[in-house]
Amino acid sequence: MWSRVQISSGPFIIKTKMVNKINQVKHNLIPLHEKLSEKDRTALLEKYNIESKELPRISIKDVAIQHLDVKEKDVIKITRKSHTAGTTTFYRGVVND
Amino acid sequence: MTTTKLFNEYKELLPEKVLDDIKKYLPDKCTDAKAKIIFETVYGEYKRSIANPGESVGLISAESIGEPGTQMTLNTFHFAGVAEMNVTTGLPRLIEILDGRKTIKTKMMEVYLKKSHSSGKEVKKIAELLKETTLKEFLKEISINIMNMQMTIELDENKMKSVGLTTNKITKTLSKLVKGFKFKEDKKDPVIIVTPSSKDEALNTIYKLKETIKHVYISGIKGITQVLPVKRGDEHVIVTAGTNLKDLFKHDFVDTERTISNDLYEMESMFGIEVARQIIINEVFKVLDAQGINIDVRHIMLVSDAMTMSGSVLGINRYGIVKEKPSVLARASFETPITHIINASLVGEVDKLNSVIENVMMNQAIPVGTGLPGLITKVK
Repeated sequence: MWSRVQISSGPFIIKTKMVNKINQVKHNLIPLHEKLSEKDRTALLEKYNIESKELPRISIKDVAIQHLDVKEKDVIKITRKSHTAGTTTFYRGVVND
Repeated sequence: MTTTKLFNEYKELLPEKVLDDIKKYLPDKCTDAKAKIIFETVYGEYKRSIANPGESVGLISAESIGEPGTQMTLNTFHFAGVAEMNVTTGLPRLIEILDGRKTIKTKMMEVYLKKSHSSGKEVKKIAELLKETTLKEFLKEISINIMNMQMTIELDENKMKSVGLTTNKITKTLSKLVKGFKFKEDKKDPVIIVTPSSKDEALNTIYKLKETIKHVYISGIKGITQVLPVKRGDEHVIVTAGTNLKDLFKHDFVDTERTISNDLYEMESMFGIEVARQIIINEVFKVLDAQGINIDVRHIMLVSDAMTMSGSVLGINRYGIVKEKPSVLARASFETPITHIINASLVGEVDKLNSVIENVMMNQAIPVGTGLPGLITKVK
């Protein structure tokens, strides 16, 4: 996912993200992960009167969200299959740790 | 029928599963008026069964899992359906999962195969291919010739054929992995001749090699000690003892979308936190179900949600979710209070007394149930 690009003028190594190369991990147990748009995100946080760090967390390195091109403080909407309710939605805030 | 109109009306109000159930059990000749009564009753019942705001659901979960847990038979190591495979079940397994142990007693995988391979003919062959094999398994005899400082390894041809190996391949892997010796393959028989690479090697080293070479890894997937083809429905599944998803997925006959392991951390690193959550639910439910204990899944779901809140799997102990609590007093009230209080005082932590246990200590109303909402008035 990371590729190293050497800049000729100096000894700096810059990490660039190669979005196209990321393959989505597939498994029956992985529920649908979606990144909330900025508008939906603020609406959600306003509805529950919270900050994104108060949501349940998901690591930025989590395999299931690599294809979404996420950054810190994004909110991931997860649509789970549930035994009891059919489908349920769940939100996780992206953290970098 | 106009019942579809009713369904649309209640689509937002009732969960999907309940609507499906109504659809399933609603009689064909149901009149609209009667259907409406049914919907209203269901909705009323649903509303009544929702947990109230401020309900201490965690406490109820703890009691609901704890009480039947006392009735579980201790230390049951029983065979999972088929003989030979030993599986940790019962209380030890339950503790293992909920503690979030990094190393579990019996690691297992359920390897699903792609449709073209799961018919049954090849399953045994594939299973053999997965198993980690050492040289010991292909041996017929090892003999040492003291005069020539030579060791001859005689191999079993049938066993090599079953996993598609040749004497040549084994010779190559041996010379790659074992240093200080030369390996030469006999042209006619499945025999490998071993000589020390330097002449002043003592006879002692050859004797030592005779024992150690038996445990040299030859083929298969590292970590898989046992394989067991099992029929499930109309397809064949391979149950393995030991896990190694990463190496397993290099084989193209494996259905990577269904294959699972019972190791939480391995599943988390391969598929993410949401899958780890589901695996916790499934594994706990499997243990309880095998003991004939009925616990509502919602309790288990709450536990696994709590374990995966932080984005990685945490056990329910002082190194796991208790450590994540924001309040000093809440942490101190669990285990090792003095360390927590000392550490908190060193960095000047503030306790906002937002949660239950701190307020119990302070002899104040706890924010649970009717204690949760506060009154707000307009001051003139």
